[in-house]
Amino acid sequence: MTTPPSRPGSAVHDARAARHSYSAEVLERLSADAEQILAKYPEARSALLPLLHLVQSEDGYVSPAGIAFCADVLDLSRASVSAVATFYSQYKRHPNGEYTVGVCTNTLCAVMGGDAIFDRLSDHLGVGHDETTDDGKITLERLECNAACDYAPVMMINWEFFDNQTPGSAVETVEKLLAGEPVKPTRGADSVATFKEVSRVLAGFDDGRADEGEAAGPATLVGLELARKNDWRAPAGRTEQAAEHEAGTEPVGDTGSSAERKPQAPADTSPSGPTAGDDSDAKGSGKEGSA
Amino acid sequence: MTTLTPVLSDLWDAPRSWKLEAYQDAGGYQALRTALSMETADLVTMVKDSGLRGRGGAGFPTGLKWSFLPPPDGGPRYLVVNADESEPGTCKDVPLMMANPHVLLEGVIITSMAIGCHRAFIYIRGEVVHVYRRLLAAVEEARAAGFLGENILGSGYDLEVVVHAGAGAYICGEETALLDSLEGRRGQPRLKPPFPAVAGLYSRPTVVNNVETIASVPLIVANGADWFNHMGTERSKGHGLFSLSGHVAKPGQYEAPLGITFRELLDMAGGIRDGHRLKFWTPGGSSTPILTDEHLDLVLDYESVGAAGSMLGTRALQVFDETTSVVRCVSRWNDFYQHESCGKCTPCREGTYWMKEILHRLEAGKGTEGDIDLLLDVADNIDGRSFCALGDASAQPVKSGIAYFREEFEQGLHTPAWELFPYEANALYSGVAS
Repeated sequence: MTTPPSRPGSAVHDARAARHSYSAEVLERLSADAEQILAKYPEARSALLPLLHLVQSEDGYVSPAGIAFCADVLDLSRASVSAVATFYSQYKRHPNGEYTVGVCTNTLCAVMGGDAIFDRLSDHLGVGHDETTDDGKITLERLECNAACDYAPVMMINWEFFDNQTPGSAVETVEKLLAGEPVKPTRGADSVATFKEVSRVLAGFDDGRADEGEAAGPATLVGLELARKNDWRAPAGRTEQAAEHEAGTEPVGDTGSSAERKPQAPADTSPSGPTAGDDSDAKGSGKEGSA
Repeated sequence: MTTLTPVLSDLWDAPRSWKLEAYQDAGGYQALRTALSMETADLVTMVKDSGLRGRGGAGFPTGLKWSFLPPPDGGPRYLVVNADESEPGTCKDVPLMMANPHVLLEGVIITSMAIGCHRAFIYIRGEVVHVYRRLLAAVEEARAAGFLGENILGSGYDLEVVVHAGAGAYICGEETALLDSLEGRRGQPRLKPPFPAVAGLYSRPTVVNNVETIASVPLIVANGADWFNHMGTERSKGHGLFSLSGHVAKPGQYEAPLGITFRELLDMAGGIRDGHRLKFWTPGGSSTPILTDEHLDLVLDYESVGAAGSMLGTRALQVFDETTSVVRCVSRWNDFYQHESCGKCTPCREGTYWMKEILHRLEAGKGTEGDIDLLLDVADNIDGRSFCALGDASAQPVKSGIAYFREEFEQGLHTPAWELFPYEANALYSGVAS
């Protein structure tokens, strides 16, 4: 990079931004939140990860004040809290942008275009991995696999999915962020919340947005659609069998029709019909395939 | 021919499928009523008889795992669901929880009851915030409906479920590292024994199971062990999500009986993208040795994939065509293991670092004489000598990559991988313009 971007991790930046203590009001609010978090766990220390998310929701990173707060709440040393905070990649050591734009550059996404997307964004924004634009809007990151490989290449903005990206679509999206316009994930909430807002959700505070968005994207449904089209099903279970049995006990046919015919041959009483057929289709078919 | 068997995926195309109402309309929470009327020992036996094996990669028999808990001593026992899905290529639990969190929750309640647990945890990776929202909301819906909390459906049984967000660390998918993380520590693996069944969360008896494993429990209870074990092969029973990604025409989730072949799945996914052919693939994530076009007819069950020198793992089939450099892929996978190594043990911490140095040289065409043997030597010194499976896993892409494509690594002594396999030819953009 020819022009070095502002490095939020630099001493100059830290001196300007680092927060070392909270006001009484903030402390009171955080303490009330912490109490709710602690109530979920049989042992207090289990609350540390959510508490670190909570202090990120206050400061936009894990500040010295945040470390001290967690240490005080859990009666741990600040060193113990720092040791945990530095282990996990979602905890930021310096002020994060309003939006973390992460591009998966693990193997599959990288090959499918993730490397090219990251390079294009890096050029476009003038920042590298874990660096933030001067206006504090965007922190760019290389991500490890985010469990959406069937939508490769994948970009995450504040941990919401942007599937099937191209360098062009990624640039378009970050342009909107820079312009202060809302952006919509391909699978997720109706719009991307800020880094601080999302951190508060991860601390365990529901933001009431679970019902936004779709149940599933197209790749999630591709196998199910194929099964529906071909009428492929799992073997019928007890519940369905019971329903079929019940249906079969209804009187059917007129007097003297085949419905009144008494069983005469073994075939008349052996199981047959779609249920058994489905069953035999599904089971053992793998073994046949191998032969 | 094997056909697909939508069970866990069956509800995913229903309107607002993540809601309690949609799940109940499809028969959801009936299994819980059945389970409440059963003896807990019978529930464990039922899951044993079903043949269900852990869906998180290792394939350990689930009912057997539950039965390892010591007899109740009056103290707490825990169920911890591993929802830290992070293995490269693996993308089944996240869409499952997004589309149908209640099937997981019903499984959690039944399993908790079976093992005598009154506080269960779902540890979900922090990098999927909308899925976390859906789980939090599902817990609230279930509580309001009387499926969680005190005296569930008048049975006298109490259960609380805590959904806990991680914070970005692949190693936390390792069950003991997950427990350390859940206890508020750095996520580093623990020495075993004692196994979690004896001393797990807070040193108490604990069952740790994968999302898909637990989500499979309600349907086994509803339909019976025989229904489940009539699907699959002799020792690999039931249905499972197969996740196809990479250079296939239709990547996505395909739920099939274990024992379906790779060729059958590839055909369902429309084959390799137009004009290209298969080069290599992983059967179950990056930690499972790669396979090639020799293995198209491989039966995807635990035994057959094992016999072919790899592992069924998480059924994460990452597929690469002939435009792809094996050296680039192996190098990038190793970057991942190096980045995610927790640093606790020397072979993994140092070994992945040195493999990175060598692999970056080879990818850049600047390898030196002896690099490939050195790479294999380092991999051998990690494999089987590291503290947990992460280190062992890091050796697999390297060893299998060299076993099948040694000549490409040799070319790394003089020619960059991006010249041999121009990277722009790999990309597959489904969007409009690049």
